[in-house]
Amino acid sequence: MATDHSRTAARIMISPAVILLLAWMIVPLAMTLYFSFLRYNLLMPGMEEWIGFDNYVYFFEDPAFKAAIINTLVLVIGVLLITVVGGTLLALLLDQPMFGQGIVRILTIAPFLVMPTVSALVWKNMFMNPVNGLFAHLFKALGFAPYDFLGNAPLASIVFMVAWMWLPFAALILLTALQSLDQEQIEAAEMDGAGAFARFFYIVVPHLSRAATVVILIETIFLLSVFAEILVTTNGGPGYASTNLTYLVYVQSLLQFDVGAGAAGGVIAIILANIVAIFLMRMIGKNLDA
Amino acid sequence: MARKVSTSRKLIVTAVAWTIGILLFFPILWIFLTSFKTEAVAIADPPVFLFFDWTTENYTTVQERSNYFRHFWNSVVISIGSTVLGLIIAVPAAWAMAFVPGKRTKDVLMWMLSTKMLPPVGVLIPIYLLFRDMGLLDTRIGLTIVLMLINLPIIVWMLYTYFREIPGEILEASRMDGASLRDEIIYVLTPMAVPGIASTLLLNIILAWNEAFWTLNLTAAKAAPLTAFIASYSSPEGLFYAKLSAASTMAIAPIMILGWFSQKQLVRGLTFGAVK
Amino acid sequence: MGRITLNQITKSFGDKQVIPPLDLEINDGEFVVFVGPSGCGKSTLLRLIAGLEDVSSGDIVIDGTPATDLPPAKRGLAMVFQSYALYPHMSVRKNIAFPLKMAKTDKAEIDRKVTNAAEVLNLTDYLDNRPGQLSGGQRQRVAIGRAIVREPAAFLFDEPLSNLDAALRVNMRAEISELHQQLATTMVYVTHDQVEAMTMADKIVVLHAGVIEQVGSPLELYERPRNRFVAGFIGSPKMNFLEGEPTAAYDAHAIGVRPEHITLSKTEGTWQGTVGLAEHLGSDTFVRIAVPGQGDMIVRTIGDFAVKPGETVFLTPDPAKIHRFDATGLALR
Repeated sequence: MATDHSRTAARIMISPAVILLLAWMIVPLAMTLYFSFLRYNLLMPGMEEWIGFDNYVYFFEDPAFKAAIINTLVLVIGVLLITVVGGTLLALLLDQPMFGQGIVRILTIAPFLVMPTVSALVWKNMFMNPVNGLFAHLFKALGFAPYDFLGNAPLASIVFMVAWMWLPFAALILLTALQSLDQEQIEAAEMDGAGAFARFFYIVVPHLSRAATVVILIETIFLLSVFAEILVTTNGGPGYASTNLTYLVYVQSLLQFDVGAGAAGGVIAIILANIVAIFLMRMIGKNLDA
Repeated sequence: MARKVSTSRKLIVTAVAWTIGILLFFPILWIFLTSFKTEAVAIADPPVFLFFDWTTENYTTVQERSNYFRHFWNSVVISIGSTVLGLIIAVPAAWAMAFVPGKRTKDVLMWMLSTKMLPPVGVLIPIYLLFRDMGLLDTRIGLTIVLMLINLPIIVWMLYTYFREIPGEILEASRMDGASLRDEIIYVLTPMAVPGIASTLLLNIILAWNEAFWTLNLTAAKAAPLTAFIASYSSPEGLFYAKLSAASTMAIAPIMILGWFSQKQLVRGLTFGAVK
Repeated sequence: MGRITLNQITKSFGDKQVIPPLDLEINDGEFVVFVGPSGCGKSTLLRLIAGLEDVSSGDIVIDGTPATDLPPAKRGLAMVFQSYALYPHMSVRKNIAFPLKMAKTDKAEIDRKVTNAAEVLNLTDYLDNRPGQLSGGQRQRVAIGRAIVREPAAFLFDEPLSNLDAALRVNMRAEISELHQQLATTMVYVTHDQVEAMTMADKIVVLHAGVIEQVGSPLELYERPRNRFVAGFIGSPKMNFLEGEPTAAYDAHAIGVRPEHITLSKTEGTWQGTVGLAEHLGSDTFVRIAVPGQGDMIVRTIGDFAVKPGETVFLTPDPAKIHRFDATGLALR
């Protein structure tokens, strides 16, 4: 159906999007890469000089860096665990016949629609605050001392907040996948004598595993960049206890004005994300042909 | 399933599901309720749920003290602006890729998606410096451009999938009927694509409204949308729970409503079609 | 009007040449059917004529005007698609009016032509409905209506009846043939169904792997097939082919005889075989007979022929109706 007329027209029509995205990607990336090899401090402009990999060395040797990497991993893996397992259970639940299913769906989707700053602040102040928060009231009512969540377990608290937001996402995706499962497959299995558990493990789980993989990959891409929640709750602290890689780079670049080191951190973050992206692209690519 | 499910099983499932649903939704409900309390009631122990003197004073205070509506308006302008701008660029591109697929179409599409996977922190510095030097920091325009760029892959992608669902033969028929390319787009393609375009619009307005990296780092007082404005409550003075709740309710209400209509679009847009 | 000439047309998709050099003349007012098995290139050929695909080489001339580089809109042709390709968001009236609107016809003229077309096709009651509310046959007619109002030099049909059920297909076949008589416009019709080809065509083009095997009237193809492929493609059930020993008497590599040109007898005949299956339709009987050394042969008899599977039976071909083929499959006359 493509003729030469349409092909040239097509190329012209794709160009603006391609050019913009190309510029958006290449220009800043190149700059970040370049800066990462400079000693460049915003407070002392004009004194940049090439220092090769020194920024990277500094970054790697910085104790904050090690903490940041570990925290990033903990954050990502923690949220993934909660959301994928919780999401699967929730999806299975929502797939069952019940009354008022539409409303329950809306209730469970809602957390994903809340902007991160609102979510984080509400959790921090109205729930986790050791003096006035609801959790504090609850603990006291049960006879326990209130717990300073963000002070004592900052990373875990942030994991909790982020998981609350992303659980609906995982559940929605998994529910969609669940509902796309061909009923006839299940009926065939029943005819073949498979009981409820067998049907779950041999048919439902493999079907869901593909969707779960997509959920994991996509969430990872976004979770590597968690920022707002940290900014408005703990500012990465106490110390570096809740600093992830993104926040560390932010601190270096915009708070300490050390562009060089921040750029190096940025490059590292890009490499990390790329690794995940490669897997995700392969999964999407498989589906594009379908 | 065509078989009957026992009512008791249905009831148990309903009870469990509603409980979990309400638990998940509870923080949002709490924000809403607290926004109508006085500050004193807001921190009361034991906590008060429904029976208190409802007041709207928080809403007026928030507006008076910090010109809430300007930030609200910023959010509106930036979300709608970036999405509409994105649509203008994306519609022709998605059209071309869906209807005149070439050897490289798939690669181009995948590459576009991959730009979305770039961690923003990797380009924070250059963008910040570029914006500073070009006078774009703390401007709505600057932010609109950035948000358009980060959502462009999703917009293109979603439109592409919707366009692909339009049978190619109908467009061929219009060509046989004497339609020029322009006629084809205006009279046939666009009307058939409107539902898809609307869905894409919806989802991306939501994503732009909730964006919380660039909106926090590239704005100060003037162009700050709601995400940034709310962030200013992280170091408040004095009692503020009720005011925070009022500000939050107003900030999230529009999206709650839009999101109600967007569940299918969410799945399609955010999983890049890898899950159907 | 409506004369189409294809000169040395080839079409390749990438490295694959699907249509080797091909020549074809379509005369004004003819009903030409492109027929052949799946993948033979008939739809591709139609789309080349329509302009929806570019030829790789060669040229197309429509009414004396070179059309090879013209876009579809400018060729003066109209096409009815297999899926009808109606505009779902427009009413029937607007669908039919669309080509006229594209040609910037004035409103009064458009209304006149649409009303006319609707009358001819029995669509007057449905003018304000949307395609989604119509049945398959009605949609088919809207697609035809949309083509008619263009008053094209030729109509192109791409397997238009494939999506209809059997009874409807028979009716629509007759309607399209009647339309052709009424309008006397050239029609180029693609189908894989040789019954449609035989009943509707003035001229049939049999295609196989992009190559034209034979062009001729239905009766010509039936009585004088040029090669084994055409002989086996036209006529249902298929012609029986025999090789080896029985061909000795006919000085050919292979011989063919149609099921309807064989008589069965329980007592004597040229060949002998065992009945495998008998299909009794009341009006005809189709008997499948296993003949040693030849495989299965099918014989058609009028009325009922009482045989049961396993019975021995004798076949005698009509000597005037035996087709002879050489080793390459070409017919010997």
